[in-house]
Amino acid sequence: MAETVETHVHPVAARLKAWDAGAVSNTEEFRGELTVTVPREQVPRVAAFLRHDPELEFDFLDDLTATDHFPSEPRFAVVYHMLSIRHRHTVRLQTWTSGTNPSVPSVVTVWPTANWHEREVFDLFGIRFDGHPEMTRILLPLDWEGHPLRKDYPTEGHR
Amino acid sequence: MSTTVDTAAGAAEAMVLNMGPQHPSTHGVLRVALEMDGETLISAKPDIGYLHTGIEKSCEAKTYSQAITLTDRMDYLSPLSNNLCYCLAVEKLLGLEVPKRAQYVRVLLTELTRIASHLVWLGTHAIDLGAMSVFLYCFREREEILKIFEMVAGQRMMTSYFRIGGLSLEPPAGWLDRVENFVEAFPGHLAEYEDLLTENRIWRIRTVGVGVISPEDAIAWGVSGPVLRAAGVPFDVRKYFPYSSYEEFQFEVPTRKESDCFARYLVRLEEMRQSLSIVKQAMAKVPAEGPIRTDAPGIVPPPREKMKTEMEALIYHFKIFTEGFSPAPGHVYQRIESPRGELSCYLASDGSPKPFRVKFRAPSFVNLQALPLLCTGRLMADAVACIGTLDIVLGEIDR
Repeated sequence: MAETVETHVHPVAARLKAWDAGAVSNTEEFRGELTVTVPREQVPRVAAFLRHDPELEFDFLDDLTATDHFPSEPRFAVVYHMLSIRHRHTVRLQTWTSGTNPSVPSVVTVWPTANWHEREVFDLFGIRFDGHPEMTRILLPLDWEGHPLRKDYPTEGHR
Repeated sequence: MSTTVDTAAGAAEAMVLNMGPQHPSTHGVLRVALEMDGETLISAKPDIGYLHTGIEKSCEAKTYSQAITLTDRMDYLSPLSNNLCYCLAVEKLLGLEVPKRAQYVRVLLTELTRIASHLVWLGTHAIDLGAMSVFLYCFREREEILKIFEMVAGQRMMTSYFRIGGLSLEPPAGWLDRVENFVEAFPGHLAEYEDLLTENRIWRIRTVGVGVISPEDAIAWGVSGPVLRAAGVPFDVRKYFPYSSYEEFQFEVPTRKESDCFARYLVRLEEMRQSLSIVKQAMAKVPAEGPIRTDAPGIVPPPREKMKTEMEALIYHFKIFTEGFSPAPGHVYQRIESPRGELSCYLASDGSPKPFRVKFRAPSFVNLQALPLLCTGRLMADAVACIGTLDIVLGEIDR
């Protein structure tokens, strides 16, 4: 996506790496926005750190969504955007999950607002969020077949 | 969604009442499953999706420029805010700089949009709570704003006026006079609404102390916009992460501490005053002449004159409207302050002329999620006031 900047290190990235360099697989900046990529199983730990660390304090989860990179593997990226009301900084957290039986740990316990966002991603992409209290469809009817925002789902729908 | 109720052994049976999807005070097609003990709400569960039209999926099948028309149709009460959010996201992805003149016109029109949207909110919310006449006054003033939009964009509602790199058309001669007329008259109208409502006993009984949410809860649930500011958190994207030259404008971010429906009413009224002040400043700032689009060959359509005289301009025009343009792979996130709260656009490109992924963070979607916190334990009629002051637009929630 973008080259990793060698000379200048984003303060949020620096703080995360100082905390646990092993939890972060990659950081990159594009158009002034920091993207932190973490392994799937690290999501709850990193999320809790981002939320509670006094220097970061990302208390406001803007949204949570996914992108489908079909047919490459790992297929889905789950993307979290958050900001800190006190420190006025932002970050994007990203994690990858496979196309077969995709799932990511839920962050509902860290940010309650993730509830509906995760249900929407489940509904439209078919990614399960482990530990979510109510993993059901939210926009489409409960008996709908398929997940429309997947790239192998035709824009006109199945006829 | 299940509508069966589990009641503890020995407890009186609760009743489930479906409010909506065809209920006037749900402002669209929203169903709320209310679980009630007599008149008291035990729980309220919003059920959404009735208006899902797959806008995000449709965007992936259009070029970057074509997708603008779809954004109008999400939050249909503030189409220009949606246009702005999407255009800023594409411009960020491309690294485009928009001329100052276009930026000021954008600010001016989005602030008018905020006033128009708050007017619809005030009118319909007053109707929900039984005050009919306010609605008629609000729509009278909103009509003036829509006439300005029609004058500028050719459309009252689905404007699509902001384009990637600037504006679609040169604003017509005399449009600022029309804005001036509105700006002159509006403070008097605002005073009228306040006369009708602020000290009105029924209005106060229905709103004071109703639908309280703590600032901590509001942040944890991602609530933004006037609802969050009525809880005392001064979060406004225009101040936090200024865009489109908002840092050059002087305005206050009104907040209240009470966090009830009445506080949200006061915050929105004050926001209209602040928007009016921004409109005045923008009127003074907009240069009478100057480019309305940035000069970016291959991305922004060339002026008509150039197309008739320059071969290259004609080729660019043809290419933009047949295949579009291809931004470099990458992803960006653009936040703006819409009338309803933080509206954001996540845009990912894979290097093709069509967006790889477009995701809108709809403020109504997130705010509605907090509805159970507002009205649980209160009377059923309070649910109407709570839904009203959240100011939701279902087109944006379901997308």
